Amino acid sequence: MASTIRVRATSNGDITEVQALIQHPMDSGFIKDAKGELIPAHFIQELKFEYNGKDVFVADWGPAVSKDPYVKFSFKGAKKGDEIKISWVDNKGASDTTTAKIS
Amino acid sequence: MNATTGPLATRRLILQGAVTVALIGLGNLPFGIAPARAAANDKYPEDAFKQKSQADAIKALYGKTAEPSDKIKLDAPEIAENGAVVPISVTTTLEKVTSISFLVAENPNALAASYRIPDGTIPTIANRLKMAKTTNVLVLVEADGKLFSAAKEVKVTVGGCGG
Repeated sequence: MASTIRVRATSNGDITEVQALIQHPMDSGFIKDAKGELIPAHFIQELKFEYNGKDVFVADWGPAVSKDPYVKFSFKGAKKGDEIKISWVDNKGASDTTTAKIS
Repeated sequence: MNATTGPLATRRLILQGAVTVALIGLGNLPFGIAPARAAANDKYPEDAFKQKSQADAIKALYGKTAEPSDKIKLDAPEIAENGAVVPISVTTTLEKVTSISFLVAENPNALAASYRIPDGTIPTIANRLKMAKTTNVLVLVEADGKLFSAAKEVKVTVGGCGG
């Protein structure tokens, strides 16, 4: 299965900039479907970025994060060619993990 | 000279005593800091996300009040045509940042996202949030154990929470 996570990590030698785009409905629980029934809340709760076995960025999300969430951050200490690990888990217990090479 | 001439048992006792004192001394430090950070930095803050008002969410998440800071730069559009996708970013020159959170005052639940910032990560974040209607976006930055904030009003023409 194709990963739900798309990551671009680029290093300028000192700082690594990471951009991630995740496919997820991020249903808020406040929206009704065509039949007028509420669509239950379904959203990513925790998104983690690890480098060298250590968390470099952890996002705790509620349902107010937009559908197909995007996030950008930067960290120090990594270099070109290194790998980062990205994983998320949602409120229904689903999860996904991927790795990305820093370019 | 006492240590070498005295009985072995005494010497061991003294050493053990020293180690115990050292352990207690070291132990106290992290314990003193832990409660302040635990709220935002350990695990998913389920309770904070359930709070309706901004004030309750801040209380549940950090347990302290924030003071406005001009060292936080909050970047959000003046007018968001689509409340379902409002690009919001923040950067700060504050040092020792441990977490950054985004709140939308008039959303059904004020807390939208909270980020944990370990050492070595730069306190600059861009993300996209949903906004139910025209209201203030508040960003909280926890730095060196203190809480700082910045806010900006975003006009929303079409709400993003199914209103």
